[in-house]
Amino acid sequence: METETHSGKASGADLGDHLFRREYGRMVATLSRIFGVHNLALAEDVVQDAFCRAVEVWKFRGVPDNPSAWLMATAKNRAIDVLRRERTARTFAPELARMIESEWTLAPAVAEKFAPNAIKDDELRMMFSCCHPRLTEEAQVALVLHILCGFSVDEVAAAFVSSHAAMEKRITRAKKLLASSKQLFDISDARDFAVRLPSVQRALYLLFNEGYHGASAESAIRAELCREAMRLAALLRDHPLGATPATFALSALMSLHAARLPARLDASGALLSLFDQDRSQWDSHLIGEGQELLELSASGPALSEYHLEAAIAWTHAAARRAEDTNWTQIISLYDQLMVIRPSPIVALNRAIAIAQRDGPERGLEEIGVIPNSDRLAAYPFFHAALGEFEFRAGRRNRAHEHFRSALARARSPMERRFLQNRIAACVSAASAEGCCS
Amino acid sequence: MSEFVYLYRGGQNPTQLSPEARQQMMQKWMAWFKDLGDKGHLKNIGQPLDRTGKLVKGKQKAVTDGPFAEAKDLIGGFSLIEARDLDHAVELSKGCPIFENEGAVEVRPALKLNM
Repeated sequence: METETHSGKASGADLGDHLFRREYGRMVATLSRIFGVHNLALAEDVVQDAFCRAVEVWKFRGVPDNPSAWLMATAKNRAIDVLRRERTARTFAPELARMIESEWTLAPAVAEKFAPNAIKDDELRMMFSCCHPRLTEEAQVALVLHILCGFSVDEVAAAFVSSHAAMEKRITRAKKLLASSKQLFDISDARDFAVRLPSVQRALYLLFNEGYHGASAESAIRAELCREAMRLAALLRDHPLGATPATFALSALMSLHAARLPARLDASGALLSLFDQDRSQWDSHLIGEGQELLELSASGPALSEYHLEAAIAWTHAAARRAEDTNWTQIISLYDQLMVIRPSPIVALNRAIAIAQRDGPERGLEEIGVIPNSDRLAAYPFFHAALGEFEFRAGRRNRAHEHFRSALARARSPMERRFLQNRIAACVSAASAEGCCS
Repeated sequence: MSEFVYLYRGGQNPTQLSPEARQQMMQKWMAWFKDLGDKGHLKNIGQPLDRTGKLVKGKQKAVTDGPFAEAKDLIGGFSLIEARDLDHAVELSKGCPIFENEGAVEVRPALKLNM
């Protein structure tokens, strides 16, 4: 004890990046199980309190060798205190009611809930609970991010480029619904599990997409959303009922997309299109992982949208150079995707693939027949695609106009830089033509 | 060199900080302590103090519950510092991350026995 208090001994073990964030989700999930989901707010308070203590002690004493275990132990002890103090004033989880009546069974019963395997199940249980059918998809994702990934309301708002007030309203409402459900989702019921699973997969998919394509200007935040989605998908994969072909396909598409993250920005911080990326920077480890997961997903008759998107990502990953891309295969995958899950964005991506194979005029035709294309009007890359095709077709003025509409809708500095570069290309091409003709 | 005590007052914002912000704040504290230690100013890193406790007071030795001060003045811990003089000790305290959370550092010279 004494020697630790002297200078130079205070550094201790290193904390991993975002350790608190991850542990937060785990601890809230476990405490909600013990206290009952109706005491969600109490669970959050206890976890905050455990963090408070950890910070106070660790900053003087250094980080302990196993910070996760330390945090969990603190949460466990606090949970026992709360149960003891409030066992008459509150009702807790029904299956614990009898156990907490007696000092003899209270601590062992709580300790059992803190066993590593139980905690893993708690995270999954919470994930399924957050994807409540009465919540919108947006609310489900926000809740997952808030409760399981430990993002504060402000941090969730930043990730979704929403105002604090709007996000607070959304999260408060979602939490209220969660706390009003009788109990956490029962992951041992195979039928209920299978019914809720698609919503969970969808929420993780949207979480990943928000990181990959989303509007937040902070690339660090976005990379973290991708990482969190991948972590939760791995958790899903580890559960016998969760390890379905669609879950493997979802994980595969995340790995294959994440592999491209290191190459997405150029030196000036501008977004690079898939065609301009330095493919040697793609993460070969993640590509390998994605391929393995894709193989694991290829069992059974079910073909999900995740299978198709993963297969598209794999086709890109398999092309060493952009010009080697098998566009015919990609177009056929988009055709199938349009059958399973049609959307204007899928149609736009399909049109881009067609333009790559058959030329810009065909791309423009395809964009022209997208149903509900007005829903794309706010999406900068809809205008950028139009600009790109006009540019390649030699109509610089029209291209210029489209890129300017895209720029007006750009959501982040890297999108802006990308579009400014395209506008500059239009201008220099036009002036080059001017002097030659 | 003379000895000084830093008393860390307030600067806790328990419910408002996100886990991520909390972790970053702690890492700043650790970096600050390490820097003080590396430069030979940290005689003893000291201790954190619990925010609750009892107050024993008067001839009656009346015992009351803490806390004893407004949350913003509450002492959350202390350290023993070596510095040339009070000005130097004050200067060294300015790197403390507590100021980011509206806390304060009270710098008190330890009295020496001059024999």
